[in-house]
Amino acid sequence: MTITRVLPGAATWSGVLRRGSALELEDVEGGANVTLLLIDAHRPTERLNVPDSLKAQHVARITTGVALYSDMGRVMASVIEDTCGWHDPLCGHGRLAELEALHGPSSYAAERNAVRRGAREELVLELAKHGLGARDLAATVNLFSKVTVDAAGRLVFHPASSPAGARVVLRADADVLVVLNTAPHPLDRTPGWHPRPVAMDVRDVGVAAPDDPTRTACPENERGFAATDAGTER
Amino acid sequence: MSTIELTASTLDPAAASHDAVVQAGDGWTHLVRAGEHLRIVDLDGNQAVDTLFYDAHDHAERYSAQDTIRAQGAIYLTTGSRLLTGSGRSLMTIVADTVGRHDTLGGACSQESNVVRYGEHTRHMHACRQTFLAEALVHGLEKRDLTHNINFFMNVPVTPEGGLSFEDGLSEPGKYVELRADVDTLVLISNCPQLNNPCNAYDPTPVRLLVWAAEAA
Repeated sequence: MTITRVLPGAATWSGVLRRGSALELEDVEGGANVTLLLIDAHRPTERLNVPDSLKAQHVARITTGVALYSDMGRVMASVIEDTCGWHDPLCGHGRLAELEALHGPSSYAAERNAVRRGAREELVLELAKHGLGARDLAATVNLFSKVTVDAAGRLVFHPASSPAGARVVLRADADVLVVLNTAPHPLDRTPGWHPRPVAMDVRDVGVAAPDDPTRTACPENERGFAATDAGTER
Repeated sequence: MSTIELTASTLDPAAASHDAVVQAGDGWTHLVRAGEHLRIVDLDGNQAVDTLFYDAHDHAERYSAQDTIRAQGAIYLTTGSRLLTGSGRSLMTIVADTVGRHDTLGGACSQESNVVRYGEHTRHMHACRQTFLAEALVHGLEKRDLTHNINFFMNVPVTPEGGLSFEDGLSEPGKYVELRADVDTLVLISNCPQLNNPCNAYDPTPVRLLVWAAEAA
């Protein structure tokens, strides 16, 4: 099965990815941001846990070969291709108030579907479509956005770190509900309201093989994948 | 390495309305009312105090590590850090800190994450999220309410290349951090029982918790 569509800027999408399928995202114009949340498709209390993912692999950035862990010690998804080299797991999703502080207020009456939409507000609505809510909105990852940390601990946002045509491919290692939002990164101070679209494609890639590079990247990932495999076989 | 600023508190422990020692591996939950101060004292040094915060009147309004670090533009917590909810409201503010740096990226240990990090033999060892769950359940919260905590006294630097490391803490016996509640806040603490991490020299130790009434603060 293949689904191809273009998600406009500041839009939200959710869907279940089956184990062994992959979601490919392409930054159509450059400068996109995709906020990502993962929730187990069968047990919604199990969800992406950013701190567990970072400390298992000793990383503060997401790129090829990095696994995204649930709070139950299982690998939910892994990055199998990435032309950016850096996706931000630190800063999370912004709110409408932050966008309005930067870009001014807007209204649907005046601007129709170019109205500002905040990531948090839209993610909560999307979760509600699955019987979930703000309590289920865990920490998120910002795909296509690069934020480094300097020696004093300050966050440094790198504008336009993702060029047009940049791609990232996320393999589902378990059945996961993927929730996406394409609002600009909350630290993106670029003037003007230009939320960027992304193209999406879902395809089958097969489950992680015994010699899969993410699985074998470190002993932690070997154990995380083993837990995923065991949980899936039940 | 940048200079780390330290701020002492003038509050007198003898005037505290609440004064408790929490042993390693134990939990502690307290409703800290708006205006009250909470001090956490690292009695033996380099202990990790895993802490969650909820609006006492709306538990869906809870501490958000990502919103907090984004708003202050920096990953370490110290004096002046406002602990924000996902809606951007301040629950508590750090008003004194004799350590200078606290972590909010590393999360809390759990039985499941211990297996990933250290191996199957650690599955049934005590872990912070067991304590959090136990404390949560008696206060009307459940697993879905457990989110990403603060690790007081822990030092988890991020490198410019995007690496994450767990370093020896900057804390020492008797150092403390003090927070003022901006609204009525339910504070859940797990005094970390971790035996597998060199940060605490494999020896988790007790902490002292003091609360001062708003009038005393």
